[in-house]
Amino acid sequence: MEKKIDLRGYSCPIPLLRTRDALSTCDSLTVLIDEPAARENILKYAASQNFKAECFDGTGEWTLHISK
Amino acid sequence: MSSVWIVVAGLSFGLGAVLLVQAGNPGNYGFCAACHLRDIAGALGIHKAAPLQYARPEIMGWIIGAFVMSKTSGEFRPRGGSAPFIRFILGALMMLGALVFLGCPLRALLRLAGGDLNGITALAGFLAGIGTGIVFLRNGFSLGRARTISGPAAGSSYLPVVFAVILTAAVGSGSGYLYYSAQGPGSLHASILFSLISGLITGAIALKTRMCLSGGFRDFFLVKDTYLLKIYGLIFLSAVFANLFFGTFKLGFTGQPLAHTMHFWNFLGLYLVGVCATLLGGCPLRQLIMAADGNTDAGVCVLGMLAGAGIAHALNLAASGAGVPFNGQLAVGIALAAAFVIGWSFREKVLIKATA
Repeated sequence: MEKKIDLRGYSCPIPLLRTRDALSTCDSLTVLIDEPAARENILKYAASQNFKAECFDGTGEWTLHISK
Repeated sequence: MSSVWIVVAGLSFGLGAVLLVQAGNPGNYGFCAACHLRDIAGALGIHKAAPLQYARPEIMGWIIGAFVMSKTSGEFRPRGGSAPFIRFILGALMMLGALVFLGCPLRALLRLAGGDLNGITALAGFLAGIGTGIVFLRNGFSLGRARTISGPAAGSSYLPVVFAVILTAAVGSGSGYLYYSAQGPGSLHASILFSLISGLITGAIALKTRMCLSGGFRDFFLVKDTYLLKIYGLIFLSAVFANLFFGTFKLGFTGQPLAHTMHFWNFLGLYLVGVCATLLGGCPLRQLIMAADGNTDAGVCVLGMLAGAGIAHALNLAASGAGVPFNGQLAVGIALAAAFVIGWSFREKVLIKATA
């Protein structure tokens, strides 16, 4: 199942924790974020778990597609 | 982030801290996000502890350096509105914890690098505090969303750097509006220019690397990422070597500069800092750097730290070389209870939408 989570406005490490929680309930997740540190942390986490992650730039925010 | 930045950050903070002591700062007092801010509170008359009054340019340098770096790298982003009142309180509690130990987590590491073994007790407390903070985070703790500030209101994001520039000009010109210690730690300092340049360089680096000791341990616990811890490891090693080189390495618990040996309170002081830093999303250094890059919530936290320094010295809560006064011990207990209540109360559920 694919899910989507809007984490704009949250500061570290909440975006990472909520992304991790959400990924435990689905195989594919779209994450909306606007904190550069959160983007880096989530991408690092995805890499550490061997998940596939893509990052798309928006205006001052990013959309991450993560799949297991 | 490349390993070059790890080396640059490690060497500049580690060597810079020891060189600042050589240039006139008190022992193991090259950089400290808490004590230096406490001295600034004294310089502004927020507290009246006569030996602890000096507008330390290292802190202003951090803010200006981080601001310039955030502007040039396009990372400056006016934002705020995530429970500022609670952030103010957590900032004050965090400062209390640091002043009971006599140092922020960075100074704990720098004290250890000077041979002060009380740093171990404190860092153990800091680690335990982060662990407690993570338990709250896992149970849904959040201070809520911040929002992007646009239009003329975005000007509020520039206030920390404006204030830092004014304060630098004031201390540089020997302004009579500031207080200056005639004796004690506040009277000991490197030249204004050297302190400012050290701050500017390390502030810019701290912004670029997102340096944060609570973040370092947190990332290690949560995702086994060691990037930030490597920076702190290198700060420690370079400061140890520099202290050995200058003959300022002195191993032991007793007779250390600006330190006491009440182990339980050293542990609990930084335990309180660890809990608050995890709930706030960053240690005292990181709060100062975020305040410079447009985060008005971090700016409010820094104001809370300044107020915390004022309260700690007005009510005789802060430690000294003689130890932690009874008032301070009582205050740490109350502060921990307050931090736990905040950690338990501020919980929210983030909506996860199914899209297929």
